[in-house]
Amino acid sequence: MQVQTHVDINSEWGIVAARQAGRKLAREVGFGSVDQARITTAISELARNIYLYADQGQIKIEEVAEGGKRGMKIIASDQGPGIKDLRRVMEDGFTTSGGLGAGLPGVKRLMDDFAIESELNQGTVITAVKWLR
Amino acid sequence: MQVSMYRLYKDMLTSYLRDKSETALYHAQQFSKQMMEQDMSPEETVSLHLSVFQELAEDLPEEVTDSFDLLLEVMIGYGLAYREHQSLRDRQQELESELNVAAQMQRTLLPDKQVDTEEIDFGVISVPAGKMSGDYYHYDEDSVGNFAVAVADVIGKGVPAAMSMSMIKYAMDTLTDKQTEPAGVLESLNRVVERNIDEDMFITMMYGVYYPESHQFHFASAGHEPGFFYRSAADTFESLEAKGLVLGVSPKVRYEERGFRLDPGDFVVFLSDGVTESRVDGEFIERDTVVSMIKERLHLSAQEIVNELFEELEKAQEFQLRDDFTLMILRRKF
Ligand SMILES: Nc1ncnc2c1ncn2[C@@H]1O[C@H](COP(=O)(O)OP(=O)(O)OP(=O)(O)O)[C@@H](O)[C@H]1O
Ligand SMILES: [Mg+2]
Repeated sequence: MQVQTHVDINSEWGIVAARQAGRKLAREVGFGSVDQARITTAISELARNIYLYADQGQIKIEEVAEGGKRGMKIIASDQGPGIKDLRRVMEDGFTTSGGLGAGLPGVKRLMDDFAIESELNQGTVITAVKWLR
Repeated sequence: MQVSMYRLYKDMLTSYLRDKSETALYHAQQFSKQMMEQDMSPEETVSLHLSVFQELAEDLPEEVTDSFDLLLEVMIGYGLAYREHQSLRDRQQELESELNVAAQMQRTLLPDKQVDTEEIDFGVISVPAGKMSGDYYHYDEDSVGNFAVAVADVIGKGVPAAMSMSMIKYAMDTLTDKQTEPAGVLESLNRVVERNIDEDMFITMMYGVYYPESHQFHFASAGHEPGFFYRSAADTFESLEAKGLVLGVSPKVRYEERGFRLDPGDFVVFLSDGVTESRVDGEFIERDTVVSMIKERLHLSAQEIVNELFEELEKAQEFQLRDDFTLMILRRKF
């Protein structure tokens, strides 16, 4: 049986709720405290982007299993403005916070798999997976 | 790896908690290098500390353990900054080696054959301030023994300047053997540069030819830093100046050509403004300084003179060139 949770993001409360749900599931799946904190930070960054740039959206988290591996998947989706220049956004040092390692490149580093789909004026879907080691 | 790190850390912490010795702290400092080599992040270090500590000190108060949650969360951010730093450093190394290849290519555009004629003593040195140079120099003996020399300076620095420099080289290659008068050469080059270069970029150049048969030296200048002419008999230096607009500003420009005779021991000096704009103690050196530095070395060969001048000025500037440096001497031996 696989667990799945949705959290709506439309305020900073939503960000905290998504973090909480993420940390709980990470613990249940069996991640250690460092990975729990990493997964939570990734969720936090994705939720914050939704809140800041798309006003509202959703964070879905679920347990995943594939070929003997187990892990946890985060899907952040919104119907916001979309991201214009994906390549640039994924470059280190590009974020508005000015290259402190956070932002989307940070999420990619914190997680094992990372995929981003974005359509101008349609929205953005970001999927990230962390595998248990 | 984790296991051995765990053991090492545990031994260190045990010993430190027992003796509070500087030695244990010294080991910790060495250990931190090892951790970084193994790509261990700050958050992993914090977590390692907690788990070792939990094992060593039984019955930790709950507050102590809990406080680590907060520390861990904060360290995740530092860990990300650290990772980003690593990837930016790799990227920088990549760029650096790309630049090295480009600089290497650029050097192949410059002539490097030995000048060894009965009549001419020739020396040149050209050192870029950065990796790529905006200075260009040229020397060549044509089929009838006339010896052409040139120094050009792209106004601007770094890669764009270096790229325009290569254009000068290719434009020079297309000059025919008949086009050897300095003024005519600059007129042709000006047309090429004007057509091909950005509006906000221009190039200064001095071009000269020595005709061994008549012992005449002719030259023209496109707004370039004046050179020098040394008369051996009188032991005097004169400025080498000729009227002409920098290359690339206007499509049709005429250049003044001047000439004089080189007697045995006489020589001409071509340079880029990186030489005269060398700063010693924060002040530009005077052209007179360059002259007196050359004067002290008249007994040396042309190549020795330019080398020594560069070494002295480089040292005086604490090995930090602010501009590309090119210095060339052409002397009639006898
Ligand atoms: N969900 C989204 N919808 C629209 N644009 C987005 C979304 N997420 C990110 N962006 C755009 O991508 C850029 C980069 O995002 P990223 O999270 O990497 O950095 P940041 O938010 O600018 O700064 P930081 O997260 O470091 O404080 C943002 O500035 C924003 O323009
Ligand atoms: Mg962000």
